[in-house]
Amino acid sequence: MRTELVVVGAGPAGLAAALAADARGVHVTVLDAADGPGGQYFRQPAAELNARRPRALHHQWRTWERLRDGLAASGVRLLTGHHVWTVTAGSGTFTVHALLGPEEDQPATVHADAVLLATGGHEHVLPFPGWTLPGVVTAGGAQAMLKHGLVVPGRTAVVAGTGPLLLPVATGLAAAGTRVSALVESADPRRVARHARALAGKLPEGAGHAARLLRHRVRPLARHTVVRAHGEDRLTGVTVAALDAEGRVRRGTGRYLPCDTLAVGHGMLPQTDLAEGLGCRRDGPTVTVDDEQRTSVPGVWAAGETTGVGGASLALAEGHIAGRSAAARLRGAVPDPAGWAPAARTRESLRTGAAALDDAFAPPAHWTEQVADDTVVCRCEEVTAGAVRAAADDLGAGDVRTVKLLTRAGMGWCQGRMCATAVAGLAGCRPDAPRRPFARPVPLGVLARTPLDQPPQDHSPTGHSSTGHSSTGHSLTDRSSSGQEQPSSDRPSSEQPLSGRSSSDLPASDRSASDLPTPEQRTPGLSTPDLSTSDLPTPEQRTPGRPTSRRPTSGPPPTG
Amino acid sequence: MNPLRLVRARPKPAFTVTVDGRTVEALPGRTVAAALWAAGVTSWRTTRGSGRPRGVFCGIGVCFDCLVTVNDRPNQRACLVPVRPGDVIRTQEGTGHED
Repeated sequence: MRTELVVVGAGPAGLAAALAADARGVHVTVLDAADGPGGQYFRQPAAELNARRPRALHHQWRTWERLRDGLAASGVRLLTGHHVWTVTAGSGTFTVHALLGPEEDQPATVHADAVLLATGGHEHVLPFPGWTLPGVVTAGGAQAMLKHGLVVPGRTAVVAGTGPLLLPVATGLAAAGTRVSALVESADPRRVARHARALAGKLPEGAGHAARLLRHRVRPLARHTVVRAHGEDRLTGVTVAALDAEGRVRRGTGRYLPCDTLAVGHGMLPQTDLAEGLGCRRDGPTVTVDDEQRTSVPGVWAAGETTGVGGASLALAEGHIAGRSAAARLRGAVPDPAGWAPAARTRESLRTGAAALDDAFAPPAHWTEQVADDTVVCRCEEVTAGAVRAAADDLGAGDVRTVKLLTRAGMGWCQGRMCATAVAGLAGCRPDAPRRPFARPVPLGVLARTPLDQPPQDHSPTGHSSTGHSSTGHSLTDRSSSGQEQPSSDRPSSEQPLSGRSSSDLPASDRSASDLPTPEQRTPGLSTPDLSTSDLPTPEQRTPGRPTSRRPTSGPPPTG
Repeated sequence: MNPLRLVRARPKPAFTVTVDGRTVEALPGRTVAAALWAAGVTSWRTTRGSGRPRGVFCGIGVCFDCLVTVNDRPNQRACLVPVRPGDVIRTQEGTGHED
């Protein structure tokens, strides 16, 4: 299968990007592992459950309706149940490799001229004694099971950890009939208040949740933390304790709360596996992007939590910008940022807000003190905190990789996604940038049959790569905004921009620029009702159905 | 209130599956993990090392804690695999392979 722009992830960022690009006439294919669009934030009940009032479990329902209806009216092709495990670059095209089927053993590939990574994030949980007991789930996991399966894990829950996700999880579980006895937040409310200005947009939402907490009689316990989960073969209760100003547990403040469910989370981590495989530059755990949401690899965009955790509204703005940029660049045009100025302003202010949230909702500074030596840290390989400490203290391991080699921590099924932060904290070293060849386990039979084109090439952040799309008569390697020029060898003599629909099913080798229609010849894009949430440009400010620019070429002329 | 009532769900008719030999009802559309939770089951794996029980943790397919044996195939992520009529779901011990 061939497409112009492939979007990985059908959450807020991916859908906003897909709709923005589709509205400008780009042939877009979206892949997602789930059985429907929405991502984690707008995860919908399974269709067979026939929920007639799904909005009871959601916030920003109007936004979801716009995305959903926009998708239905668009030309975007959505491929659900596609578990993408790697994206390769080569021969002037990108190849997305996915696994299908309930057992994820049937391979499928999609070829595209450009890739947009909107792979979201996942929660991270710091260990504490008893955290592996059945009944202890991530806050996001409890919410995902509720939103999709309409099911809760027990009758009495404690919601704990830190971060803005805890409030909606607590109110969601309570609305669904679970008795939520306490919301245990380690952050200091005064610290949150200090950021009141940056978080102004979030305050009404937070106030709404707070009112619901009151209504459901959820006891808020700020500056508290769970120090132990109790139970033999399943959770029976937790001990919570107060934290002092330094983030240490205050002696003598422990109290026992009976519960059969603990929903716990300490924030989100970006999901960057596919970007890693493509060689995109990263800054710590996030993928680096420019003002157009372009990664360091020509032809690869990223938006949403992948580029920094900031919530659904930020993901929508970033996705919108990424989709418009990709649409213009695919036509060989330089996009005009003025066209997405409202989304850029939203992005700016929400990124500031995200940084404030990060600061306000940090896990307790001395969390490692509560982790006993016999506490399992790596859940897959059952490696204890004692073993991690011994690797660092007795054997001199100074980085996560060495700890892993000595203890197997991070070597199991999840490849350290659950424990890497904790292992780094316990060993007293910085978290490594993860290096995972594939984003999910791949059957050996599939791997053996997969021609992985070429190994990912060395895309240095500033240098040139040889992945210009010369065979498609047009190159995405142009980075004119940074004054870069492309190698002339990548530039075909024809300057005709690529346009896709009529040729999109042809293999790359059969395509030549000369027999492709120019933008003017191309069928006008579908009149997609583009996304128009309050934080995105209004429909009047856009020109749906028309490319943003009809300039046939872009960037500096070839040199040499 | 329960989640089905909260969203006024009218699920398609339930079917049966077996969980460690016990027959339980499951609603179509749910994952194996959701069906097990609805049946009051919260653990369906024992670890390879110390044989400790595990169930759902991340709920979105990242952590692999919820591995389970479905129709004799071990290592299925219960939080992702849809439940099907007649599924034979078994607690997975260790690797799930006889070794």
